[in-house]
Amino acid sequence: MEAINWHSFFFFLFALVACGLAVMVVLSANIVRMAFYLTISLGATAGLFFLAGADFVGAMQLMIYVGGTLVLLVFGVMLTAQGPFVSMKTRGGDWILAAILSATLLAMLVPAAFTVPEWLGPGGGHHAAEHGVTSTGSAVAPLSQPTSTPLGLGLLGVRVDKLGDQPEELKAGMASYLLPFEIISVHLLVVLVGAAYLARTKRRRDVRPSDVRPSDVRLESP
Amino acid sequence: MNPLTTPVGVSHFMAVGAVMFVCGVVCMAAKRNALGVLMGIELVLNGANINFVAMSSPFLSAHGRGGLGLDGQFIALFVIVLAAAEAAVALAITLNFYNNHATIDVDRADELRG
Repeated sequence: MEAINWHSFFFFLFALVACGLAVMVVLSANIVRMAFYLTISLGATAGLFFLAGADFVGAMQLMIYVGGTLVLLVFGVMLTAQGPFVSMKTRGGDWILAAILSATLLAMLVPAAFTVPEWLGPGGGHHAAEHGVTSTGSAVAPLSQPTSTPLGLGLLGVRVDKLGDQPEELKAGMASYLLPFEIISVHLLVVLVGAAYLARTKRRRDVRPSDVRPSDVRLESP
Repeated sequence: MNPLTTPVGVSHFMAVGAVMFVCGVVCMAAKRNALGVLMGIELVLNGANINFVAMSSPFLSAHGRGGLGLDGQFIALFVIVLAAAEAAVALAITLNFYNNHATIDVDRADELRG
């Protein structure tokens, strides 16, 4: 009897919650319950990110996704969940098509994920045994560095995680994410202004602006 | 082989990502509620994010070297931010459609049909 690998245990726990509630999002017809299931599923996904050693991305997943995007979605649900729109049933033919589609995609993707021996885990593939990696099952890896500092510096243009990799003459043009960071921040600003413009409450006007002639406007003003 | 006593690898994470991706695709294809379609998009993006993060992790592959390094986590962060932006715009469009047509059934949004 080997000792339980708690990394694997929590992985299967979070994976079960994430996948199970994702399936329940699909199967549920009630939009309010779907939003709740999606919240739990995305929170479990953040747990999976923590287990993969991506602490900053997991925290961002919790803060932006679960705390921001889903609140937005829940607001949308509350603004539109009236009467017949709370639960809208999918037709039977659509379910059959969706089942065929999902079975085909799963049968293609899941076996493909297990074809690469290097991906089977530390000590899982036979390559690992050749290279002398012990497969004791406990202590998957040494303690990880926090990733927030390398990520933040990478967004500013300095890749501290790749300092040793490249020759000296390539370091000036080292791939960093300063330009995508700027682009994405401007993109976010534009998108949020556009969303606020699209979603504003419009008053009903009988006179369209194109119908108003400048002479009319001049008559109204004192 | 007891799965609880052996360490997990990138493959297990990718299987989880595949399940979430397929759930999202089915959600997008089968739901009639526009917000349900939005939730399907969120699921698809999260399945892709799981793959990126798993590929970037040094603890999950056989040689102790993450395939993507830290780049996978950068891409995952960008995906999260873009998903937030996309949800904001799509929600605004959905609310506009609801205000104009008093329904959020995507099958009724056929005014642009040729």
